Amino acid sequence: MAAKISQMNINNPENRSALITESDETIVKVEGLKKLFPLTTGMFKRSTSFIHAVDDVDFYIREGESLGLVGESGSGKTTVGKLLVRLLEPTNGHIRMLLDVADQDIARLRGRSLKRFRWHVQMIFQDPYESLNPRRTIFDTVSEPLSVQGIGDIAQREDRVAELLTMVGLAPAETFMFRFPHELSGGQRQRIAIARALIVSPSFVVADEPTSMLDVSIRTGVMNLMRDLADQLGVTYLYITHDLAVARYMTERLAVMYLGKIVEMGETEDVLANPLHPYTRALLSAVPVPDPTLKREPPNIKGSIAKAIDPIPRCRFYDRCPLASRVCEDNDHPPLEEKGPDHWTACYMV
Amino acid sequence: MTDYLLKVEDLTMHYMTRTGEVSAVDNVSFALRKGESMGLVGESGCGKTSIAATLLKLLPENAKVKSGKVLVNGTELLSLSEEEMRSIRWKRISMVFQAAMNSLNPVYKVGDQIIEALENHNMISSNEEARKRVEDLFLLVDLDPKMMDQYPHEYSGGMRQRAVIAMAMACHPDLIIADEPTTALDVIVQDNLLREMTAIQKKLGMSMIYISHDIAVIAEVSDRIGVMYAGRLVEYGSAKQIFKRPLHPYTHGLMSTFPSIVGPKRELKTMPGEPPDLINPPSGCRFHPRCPKAQQICSQQAPEFRDLSGDHYVGCYFPMEVTFDGG
Repeated sequence: MAAKISQMNINNPENRSALITESDETIVKVEGLKKLFPLTTGMFKRSTSFIHAVDDVDFYIREGESLGLVGESGSGKTTVGKLLVRLLEPTNGHIRMLLDVADQDIARLRGRSLKRFRWHVQMIFQDPYESLNPRRTIFDTVSEPLSVQGIGDIAQREDRVAELLTMVGLAPAETFMFRFPHELSGGQRQRIAIARALIVSPSFVVADEPTSMLDVSIRTGVMNLMRDLADQLGVTYLYITHDLAVARYMTERLAVMYLGKIVEMGETEDVLANPLHPYTRALLSAVPVPDPTLKREPPNIKGSIAKAIDPIPRCRFYDRCPLASRVCEDNDHPPLEEKGPDHWTACYMV
Repeated sequence: MTDYLLKVEDLTMHYMTRTGEVSAVDNVSFALRKGESMGLVGESGCGKTSIAATLLKLLPENAKVKSGKVLVNGTELLSLSEEEMRSIRWKRISMVFQAAMNSLNPVYKVGDQIIEALENHNMISSNEEARKRVEDLFLLVDLDPKMMDQYPHEYSGGMRQRAVIAMAMACHPDLIIADEPTTALDVIVQDNLLREMTAIQKKLGMSMIYISHDIAVIAEVSDRIGVMYAGRLVEYGSAKQIFKRPLHPYTHGLMSTFPSIVGPKRELKTMPGEPPDLINPPSGCRFHPRCPKAQQICSQQAPEFRDLSGDHYVGCYFPMEVTFDGG
């Protein structure tokens, strides 16, 4: 498939090089990533305070792996996703991706190199009713990344779109190509969104709640499709979700966010079986379980989630934490520390 | 017989649309005892909200009840006039809607809206009494009584949902229908709210119908579970029965498609196809085009909704024989 793209693109001097896999298998490395949103007040719209949506976040994703980003609404998980595909400009920090000839700092890309970057990185959005243009045919929508990047002629693009539609389970492709989104069901629309994201053979895809709008009997099909395609095409995912059960099914590693901070990160099964951070523990114990004979203990957590507006320099979870003590109040938010093999947590009390 | 609070018999309801008649609720029968909670589970468009709207007679104009009875404490609701129904809503049956923001009027203080509901049902005689009642209700749903003088926009999502629940309970109804009450909320808030609702329901001896697409939520809050598919109730029984031994292939399929954070990680099975268009529903059993056990008869005649094993009803010719082992 990647070969086909490069064939189509043979005359393009900016031909994309093979993904370089050095001994280091890390494809995405995020360091000190920060995004502040100003809150403006007064006549002159002065920024008097800031929402710390993403505050000094570090993580990495290995090639071919799927990293889950979980947390409640307002935790900053979607902002991280948008920063990684450069739909938002980071306030600070580095995003290194090993996509092209050399690894580059995505946070600093401009102009042509930014456009080339978009070739390698795609995003799948939550709502397939909002993310597809209702006036454009399926062919127009799915082939758009090809026309933006100037790949192939019409006939080649048609072949490629047909190939992708078949791959996402919309067969026979000819019956779907020239239809409009309103003629398709939610599940089919999300498959279109996946086809559009994968048509340029991206190495890295950010999927933001891709199945949360879908009904259960449809959702599993889309989840299995995304997993199969990842295996087949070697795509690396950042999978953003609020649903821990979905995250468990879809990801190999998991990062838990709370108010702009990653509080715990590790292999998904490990984090779910041995949660270390008190927030992760609370979150896990709040998840309903499809078993009427099981009685869960209530989550051990106080109060409710606040907004990270000019946060006090102490642990972000301090207000709600059952373990909170002096050290958590006197010091700034704790750094992520490795407490077990590849199991990281940011807590003074663990 | 007499201990049933709610009895729904052969309820059939259609929506008249420009493209045709939508068979939204077809031949649905179930009964709910006093003090019991029931979960109605199914995918979007399966008719669960339509049933709720029919019970309260809050149907849009293009809806037409074709046949059936809804008995609450022996009173048949469908034949009541709008005026008679008004005295039943809130007082006997009330409802918590999914979008809490839309069920609160943004320009009135939250407390005043609850007082208005109380006044309309002559539940109070003085202003002081009204404020005292609202205070009690706020305490019951774990809201600070001081918040009664604030406006809905000053509440968080979870707090609004609590206020709506307080309002639903204001007139001591026998039955509350909660339509996706926690769907828009985060898990910790959801957990908290569901625990409180269950506790209040038990304490006051109310009956409850929870409507949700989330089988895990339903499993935790319901004594009995009804599974709906394409306008029909396909299975109805106690929560334990249904989870231990789902009889309908759709119920079984639904459970196999649900990921869980407990137990060993397992592969989820995909259900083939998509729910049908209810303008032209499939003949016979509406699930037959997607059913792994379908035979010729399934497409010819709709199966009877029958009691298969001690108060465990199923509408299927070939019910599942295996116990659910997690897929």
